[in-house]
Amino acid sequence: MATVTPDSPDTAHSPEEHASAGGHAHPSNWLYVKVAIYLALLTAFEVFTYFETVHGWGDTAIIIMLVIMMLLKFFLVVAFFMHLKFDSPIFWRLFVFGLILAMAVYMVMLTAFRFW
Amino acid sequence: MTAEAPAHTPEHHDGEHHTSTGLSNEKLAMWVFLGSECLLFGGLISTYMFNKGRIGPDDVGPNDVFDIPFTSVSSFVLLMSSLTMVFAVSSIARGDLRGNRIWLTTTAALGATFVAGQVYEFTAFYSEGLGFTTNLFGSAFYALTGFHGAHVTIGIVMLMSLLVMSMRGNLGPERAETVEIIGLYWHFVDIVWIVIFTIVYLFPQ
Repeated sequence: MATVTPDSPDTAHSPEEHASAGGHAHPSNWLYVKVAIYLALLTAFEVFTYFETVHGWGDTAIIIMLVIMMLLKFFLVVAFFMHLKFDSPIFWRLFVFGLILAMAVYMVMLTAFRFW
Repeated sequence: MTAEAPAHTPEHHDGEHHTSTGLSNEKLAMWVFLGSECLLFGGLISTYMFNKGRIGPDDVGPNDVFDIPFTSVSSFVLLMSSLTMVFAVSSIARGDLRGNRIWLTTTAALGATFVAGQVYEFTAFYSEGLGFTTNLFGSAFYALTGFHGAHVTIGIVMLMSLLVMSMRGNLGPERAETVEIIGLYWHFVDIVWIVIFTIVYLFPQ
């Protein structure tokens, strides 16, 4: 009988990869749980900085910290949950191309409108 | 359509694909689509950044309406839905169909909770005087978060479609890649929210 536990006992506490029926390797579910814990901790710290803003931290320091934590969360999800760390580098390049293109286009747009 | 028919199974058993790149065309298409979605959300986020401060002294602004504890909880719910989505992908890859159905349902339920939170938030903001046409901040905010909410809703519809396929016996381990591709879309809406939550809600106003 199939179970709904995150993983079978032999892999539940192992960070090793296992091959899927689809053919490419997946990390174990325990690794996913660890990534989710990091994501939850980063989110909690992000929210903490919001309330610290109220208590008088400098805006620039807060923004830099928030951007670093946002990027960490972003890349944790992309690398592990979206399997880019384990998949073909072509997928990584395609996504990063779109991401960099978007950032470049809108940085130029915001600069043209004297946002900074 | 059966798993045994070679014309309908793009994968070899070792994970190689019958394509010129050796990769799954469907997965490649999803990554190209997600790359293009970066441009859509990049446009909406930069429009919000540009317009959020363009409000009059007596206008309703971000500090008047945002409820950070509430949005933090709904952000956490969406973040955890990414975890249940990877469980759905790994369970179907292992051939655990019952587990796959349960994790798909859990992911859809968490997504629906997030959308319900967004509807509540929009209703609360509207009752506090922030409509879509109240000011530029309102227009940019509702356009950005509304587009994201629409993406989550489409994701829920896709998850429920997978569930129906599974119930009808059309979603076995040989279709694990289909679940993985829907999972990519789901994780993408999650990472977009990671950016929106930080820039829209947490950046000092």
